[in-house]
Amino acid sequence: MLNSLLGWLQGIGVKSIKSVARLGRGNIFLWYTFLSLFSLRKEFSLLVKQMYAVGVLSVQIILVSGLTVGMVLGLQGYNTLVDFGAEESLGQMVALSLVREMGPVLTALLFAGRAGSALTAEIGLMKVTEQLPAMEMMAVDPYKKVIAPRFMAGLISMPLLAAIFSAVGIIGGYLVGVGLLGVDAGAFWSQMTSKVDLYDDIYNGVIKSIIFGFVAVWIAVYEGFDAKPTTEGVSRATTRTVVNTAFAVLGLDFILTALMFGGA
Amino acid sequence: MSELQQKKPTDFLVSMRNASLSFGDRAILDGINIDIPRGKVTTIMGPSGTGKTTALRLISGQLMPSQGKVIVDGNDISTLKRRELFELRKRMGMMFQSGALFTDLTVFENVAFPLREHTALPESMIRDIVVMKLQAVGLRGARKLMPSELSGGMARRVALARAIALDPMMIMYDEPFTGQDPITVGVIMQLIRKLNDSLGLTSVIVSHDVGEVSAISDCLYIISDGKVVESGSPQSLNNSESPWVQQFLNGRPDGPAKFHYPASDYAEDLLTNVE
Repeated sequence: MLNSLLGWLQGIGVKSIKSVARLGRGNIFLWYTFLSLFSLRKEFSLLVKQMYAVGVLSVQIILVSGLTVGMVLGLQGYNTLVDFGAEESLGQMVALSLVREMGPVLTALLFAGRAGSALTAEIGLMKVTEQLPAMEMMAVDPYKKVIAPRFMAGLISMPLLAAIFSAVGIIGGYLVGVGLLGVDAGAFWSQMTSKVDLYDDIYNGVIKSIIFGFVAVWIAVYEGFDAKPTTEGVSRATTRTVVNTAFAVLGLDFILTALMFGGA
Repeated sequence: MSELQQKKPTDFLVSMRNASLSFGDRAILDGINIDIPRGKVTTIMGPSGTGKTTALRLISGQLMPSQGKVIVDGNDISTLKRRELFELRKRMGMMFQSGALFTDLTVFENVAFPLREHTALPESMIRDIVVMKLQAVGLRGARKLMPSELSGGMARRVALARAIALDPMMIMYDEPFTGQDPITVGVIMQLIRKLNDSLGLTSVIVSHDVGEVSAISDCLYIISDGKVVESGSPQSLNNSESPWVQQFLNGRPDGPAKFHYPASDYAEDLLTNVE
């Protein structure tokens, strides 16, 4: 009895120490990554290559998801608003939902699934196949050559992808609301333009997407770099990337929303 | 750089003095002394999991000894700053077990990689050097292939060409023969010896393929359980009186190194019905 209790306590201790150690390693990793970002000026072609892999290749899933989410928002929003005779506000509702919340959050989750998992698996496999140690042995810093371009590409791509998501989503809402359900097109756009504020809504949404992008790409490259160099290790790291990004983004979203839109 | 070169040269390019390394309670290397003479082929042998590759990682500064010293060309590895270590590594080549080629680059670009990183040579000269290095390993015709299109042996030869691209003073081989067919083994054996002698390199091999390394090495170290058991020329080791060394060199299944994993009495074990 006492032994099993002690074992249980010990288990908690081991897990806590491991988590704290991982967090510490993650922060050291982030620091080295920051330092190596300066050398990207000389490695511009690598950045472009990664922008393509991380950003451009994610556009498709963002377009499709954005459009469907916008269409669903249009449909659900209309059903609620029509009860109050306020269906003219559909444009405002769709735009605010997307720009403030759905755009940044869903883009970050999709980003983790599409680009983040690929980044983790790629870096993890470079470790498995000894490419990272080989680079070190050739006196080339993997942080500068491998990590920095991917990190920067993610940082730049995320806000752009979120913007695309929101824009396409609004079009989806318009198609359903105006095209299908008969909301007046002029009302749809004018309500939207008069009620969506550049600073309060759009800027805050962009800030969110920048922060989410930072967290998502940090987790992705770190998990790859920290993966155990085995088949199982890489698969676990990839899973952790998606799961941890989801938790981090959703948790951060609540805090950011409370800070940005909470008071007054 | 200048500071690194001013040290007085000795006969030994690498000296490991009482070097130990342990992870937690587990000692991987336990006070080993290894001297690697300049211009020679030296092999570190031993059973799997006895810290051979770890010794290589200590020499290249990928790991630091927890005790003792590792001196490479007059520099104590553990006192070097990261930049100095990188300067030193430009003069070391390493061939990894898997080849460790960059999978997104062609054979040509793989060999050109260290040149592009560390020299400001014009493209035409880089091309010439790459072609020469690939010719040396017999793969000049394969330079447009991607690593995924190479056989295991070819990948190792490309890795070798990449390792000698910067004309290093030393080259390290991590298990160069493991899992290769006899022809490839023969090719790699010949390459190691030829490159060592024609380029004036110092070669360090980590391997447990007794026959192959005895044929091409000038000097052998046998390590077991993190300690150097025996060292000397291949001939002198053949005459070793240590029963363990004899078992290892002749590949006998039972001897000082037991065939059976430690277990309780066999008959007793069979009579017990409960697991």
